[in-house]
Amino acid sequence: MFDSLTLATLPPADETLRPAVRAFIDEHITAIPMDRRARSWLGFSAEFSRALGAAGFLGLTLPKAYGGHGMGPFARFVVVEELLSAGAPVAAHWIADRQSAPLLLNFGTEAQRLKHIPAICRGEQLFCIGMSEPGSGSDLASVRTRADRTGRGWVVNGQKIWTTNAMHSDYMIALLRTSGTPADRQTGLSQLIIDLKAPGVTVRPIVDLTGDAHFAEVFFENVELGEDALVGNEGEGWKQVVAELAFERSGPERIYSSAVLLDAWLRHLQAVNRTDATALVGRLTAELTTLRAMSIACTARLVAGESPVVEASIVKDRGTSFEQELPVVIADDLAAHPEEPVGDDLYRTLLYVTHIAPSFSLRGGTREILRGIIARGMGLR
Amino acid sequence: MVMNELLEPFDRMLEAAAPVALVRAVEGGGSAASMWQEIAGSGFLDALVAEEHGGAGLSLADMEPLLEALGGRAVPLPVAETMVARALLADAGVAVPSGPIVLVTAMAQPVPNALVAEHGLVDTGRALVLCPVADLAPAPTGVFHSLAARLSGQPQGPSLARLAGGLRPVAAVLRSALIAGAAARLCDLTTAYASDRIQFGKAIGRQQSLQQMLAVMAEDMIACRIAAQLGAAHGTGVSALAAATAKITTSSAAPRIAATAHAVHGAIGISEEYDLQLLTRRLHEWRMADGSETYWSEVLGQARLGDAQASVDWVRQAVFVEQ
Repeated sequence: MFDSLTLATLPPADETLRPAVRAFIDEHITAIPMDRRARSWLGFSAEFSRALGAAGFLGLTLPKAYGGHGMGPFARFVVVEELLSAGAPVAAHWIADRQSAPLLLNFGTEAQRLKHIPAICRGEQLFCIGMSEPGSGSDLASVRTRADRTGRGWVVNGQKIWTTNAMHSDYMIALLRTSGTPADRQTGLSQLIIDLKAPGVTVRPIVDLTGDAHFAEVFFENVELGEDALVGNEGEGWKQVVAELAFERSGPERIYSSAVLLDAWLRHLQAVNRTDATALVGRLTAELTTLRAMSIACTARLVAGESPVVEASIVKDRGTSFEQELPVVIADDLAAHPEEPVGDDLYRTLLYVTHIAPSFSLRGGTREILRGIIARGMGLR
Repeated sequence: MVMNELLEPFDRMLEAAAPVALVRAVEGGGSAASMWQEIAGSGFLDALVAEEHGGAGLSLADMEPLLEALGGRAVPLPVAETMVARALLADAGVAVPSGPIVLVTAMAQPVPNALVAEHGLVDTGRALVLCPVADLAPAPTGVFHSLAARLSGQPQGPSLARLAGGLRPVAAVLRSALIAGAAARLCDLTTAYASDRIQFGKAIGRQQSLQQMLAVMAEDMIACRIAAQLGAAHGTGVSALAAATAKITTSSAAPRIAATAHAVHGAIGISEEYDLQLLTRRLHEWRMADGSETYWSEVLGQARLGDAQASVDWVRQAVFVEQ
């Protein structure tokens, strides 16, 4: 079962990227406080993303003809691992670099590629993904927001919600109904590029329980789009979205969301010279190590040209369970020693991760949906 | 790939040499001699022996899928252990006995398969001593159909230099591969059963609650496989930290995998005549053998806390083999 998912090694050529990206990160993030770095891929800095693009670390897997670097998924793994484990603020370019550009490369027209991909590689065009709606969460095929043909292109009406970074983004790639009704489910859905500065678009940030506003609701009222807004083929939006989600679910971002917290806690244990958490440290380290190996194994399937939808779900489900366990066991450990002072930054980081952790197994597909995908891969449904 | 070329003939050989009926007979006290003869005759026992000593010179990484096959078929003999012992003995220039050899990493607790072994390669803390099991007063544990035995006394026999870190790391990696193999087989059996068993008018595998359990079982199974491969990636001179990672992951998962397999199968799964128990009993035995998850967590945690690097840097350097 899932026999092709076996141990793989990062090639030395891709490892050569690591020192350079490490030096770049060290230069740019030392001034960022720990609890800001704990925001992981929700940490937003347009300047950081542009600098990263200028330094050549965006669009690694995209062709040189479009401003990318023509490397493979392993190269991206190395760079992403460095960014995430250090807690670099990658949100600005994250979705564009990971999903939107590969989507446009696979399904977009030449004009769409030229308009967007080079700018994404420079960290200058920011994208969000419009999937969830007030009535459509895990049941994504029930989307109601419509794009209807006009003589000149499309007109969009409806609403998206929980859209990560919509308020900072230039464009949204939205999954919209272009024919039929919600009862038609997966048929009649298409992906369209929406310029978020177009008349009729209203973006309203939503404050989360940590006080951040990392997501938003987006309203469309008679938003006029050109013919060139359609990505890929009309009516094939569902198929395209499924392919795209394999990119979203397989990366190391499903392991390292709590890495800043883990390392801060280890430094605390070392500073107070405590040994009663040694077995817990060992167990967590083993899980991190195994997950890293699983994520590299999944990346190897991307390298082999596959779309490892089920394998990526396996890594994401296990990875997010680990990310969510960390704040729980670390809080217990720290509070089991009432006489031991805990630094303000560690405390704030712990509570930030504790509070945001439920999102880890919501974003990009809930735990229950992913397990359903795995069960289908096992032939159970 | 070397792996597939070897795995298929090896698994075919095991299918013929260790059919389930014979596995059961050996567990019930019957002779394992014919099974051992067939396995020994296949030549695979010298797979890890260096070419200059007449072996195949394969690495532990090459052999890991074959060790999984031993676990999946519940082979009631210390085949993996003998492969490692023969490589170490040949390297040291010690004459290799023809029978099964167990790796003895602790005398205080039962040693799996010691009742069907002729020799033990005993880690005394100072050296590795090749000693006939009969000289170590093997005592059955009294556990139904277990081939483990308690050993005692001072091991006497040819001695060889101890590996850095002793025998336990390599033994733990072997256990991890066996657990991974049994886990894979249990996933197959349990998924098939869930698809066949009808209750409430449909296959129980159509129930979402079962699908969620089985998905987690598959995640654990893959984690076991990849962790075992990570442990085996360093060769026979296994790094204690890679072994720790492998054994923590597999020993933690083993009871969960066994529990799900039994939960899905219902009462028939705990019956003697049904094959499930051949695998789940072994999972529990292997989980405890050569250090449980907490034993190895202490080892890994101590090393981790002794180093100031960030976690990703540390695991890359301490556990992963980078080219």
